[in-house]
Amino acid sequence: MKYSMAQGLSCPVRFFARMGRRYGVEWWILCFGAAVVLAIILMALLSPLVAPFDPYSQEAGPQLAAPGGPHLMGTDNLRRDVWSRIVFGSQTILKVSVLAAVISSFFGIFLGLVSGYAGGLADRILSLVMDAVYVFPGLILAIALAAMFGPGVLNITFAVAVIYIPTYFRLVRGQTLAIKQELYVEAARALGASSLTILGRYIFPNVIATTVVVFTLNVADAIMIEAALTYLGLGLPPSIVDWGMDLAMGKKYLPSGMWWLITFPGMMISVLALGFTMLGEGLAEILNPRLLER
Amino acid sequence: MKNLFRYILTRTLMTIPMVLILLTIIFVVLRLMPGDPVSAMLGGHAPEKVIEQKREQLGLNRPMHVQYADYIWKVCHMDLGESMVLQQEVTVAIAEKLPATIELTAFGMLITLVIGVLLGAYAADKRRTIRDSAIRLYGIVVYCIPVYWLGLMLQLVFGIWLDWLPIAGRTGPRIFASDFQNTGFYLVDTLLVRDWEAFRDVLIHLVLPSFTLGLTLSGIFVRLTRANMLDVLKADYILAAESRGIPHGRIVYRHALMNAFIPILTMMGLQVALLMAGAILTETTFSWPGMGRLLLERIYLRDYPTIQGVIIVFALMVAFISLLVDIIYAIVDPRIRY
Repeated sequence: MKYSMAQGLSCPVRFFARMGRRYGVEWWILCFGAAVVLAIILMALLSPLVAPFDPYSQEAGPQLAAPGGPHLMGTDNLRRDVWSRIVFGSQTILKVSVLAAVISSFFGIFLGLVSGYAGGLADRILSLVMDAVYVFPGLILAIALAAMFGPGVLNITFAVAVIYIPTYFRLVRGQTLAIKQELYVEAARALGASSLTILGRYIFPNVIATTVVVFTLNVADAIMIEAALTYLGLGLPPSIVDWGMDLAMGKKYLPSGMWWLITFPGMMISVLALGFTMLGEGLAEILNPRLLER
Repeated sequence: MKNLFRYILTRTLMTIPMVLILLTIIFVVLRLMPGDPVSAMLGGHAPEKVIEQKREQLGLNRPMHVQYADYIWKVCHMDLGESMVLQQEVTVAIAEKLPATIELTAFGMLITLVIGVLLGAYAADKRRTIRDSAIRLYGIVVYCIPVYWLGLMLQLVFGIWLDWLPIAGRTGPRIFASDFQNTGFYLVDTLLVRDWEAFRDVLIHLVLPSFTLGLTLSGIFVRLTRANMLDVLKADYILAAESRGIPHGRIVYRHALMNAFIPILTMMGLQVALLMAGAILTETTFSWPGMGRLLLERIYLRDYPTIQGVIIVFALMVAFISLLVDIIYAIVDPRIRY
């Protein structure tokens, strides 16, 4: 029996169409977000292949050339190719924002689980501290931390990570408090399960599902905070290619109408953040339709 | 009425631990983290003796708990110390810049509310239509546009290409703030002296920054208003109002919106953090001489007392606004009591 190309393709196409009918717009939002995120991750992984020039090369072309010809997005004041810097810059922003979200989710989930499960005075104090950090403007905290740590990829990652710990903490602690009362947890305790087993086998798996959505939205937010810090001149040494720093540099040439220096880096920050947000929104609607209603 | 006062009193007292925790976090971040303020300020190669002298002068070589107590005591007395680089009280520097930030954030908030709430209410009214989807999409997209980039693009289009609006500062080159400066709120000041030309100038300088700030935050309010309006529009009293023949527009924008506004008001308290973060970035983009610019300038100069002072003022503002929002909430909704 022979299979044609069209038949092979029709299977995934039918799957997409079926999901689209079942979940409506949300499914397409999810697909769009996933496609954008995948494209930019691929761009970051394959940077040397995608970029036509060396992002540091100061002989890529004429100074401040408008987009066109060999330079898709023009060149900057140091004669570097803007498109190549965009391609390589994706590595920095993805590394920092995803790593920051991983770090803050790890600490947030861990503290939330333990605090919610153990209760008592420590839980009360920790909750108060987390609430205070939660209401405090995250960017200002990140600015203070980045200023204290000094420039560096790990430093900025940590500065961004700290401000999201309360988000996970509050979510996980609230759910832990609710799940703790469930009958199956009581049954496990009656059978002599240790606290560690209850937390790890009974509570954690029930909590993790909602954190997936929060994680995705968190990455989107971290992207904008990372770029904001570097735009302000904090967090990274000038030797690293970064969209926020390129934006800050392009700002100097704005009054003379050099639009390409600010348009493209900023657009990439928006598109990347939009990709993760749409991924998160789509996931939220499909996994748990009530989560984002408020 | 008595209940309301008791609520306000309790709620005010509850702000104290929150402020204390915030002050402690600021202390921890700025003092206990690696990196010594003095050697950072004097550069890595300053002689040991000079560093020691400066530490002595600033009281940094005392035990941590003494420093902490001293810090809290001084903040309670509104004493934020003296700048390390300029011979200037930190409170004076802040008092100079704070009105600019408040003017910017107030207008930003106003624009956010008008755009966000009206669009959200409209989307809820027209739910499951193309227009509803378009407005929801607007909400998502605008949330993902970084405020600093939006500012730069607006500068490019309206400031450079069309040349309609100024892109930097609070006043133009021919207007001197010293002619009318009084409260620091330039709009109020120019009105007080009835200097219409200056008033107009200040106003057009406010347009781009406040729109930048307002537009980026409007996305969240579109979503909030829409979600709350959807709930309210399902309520029985809306059906009752419809059956009494009250015009549809009046029901949606009067009856329903007023009721949906209460939860929106509480969320406003939480958005204050975003508003302030946005203000810092907008100030940098538009060379707006406010708190955000002060903070960043002093970070480059490594002026720790001023950095600390600015962050403390932001923390106090957050605590104060969330208190204010809760009190307004209690006045609007009599069910909210302790």
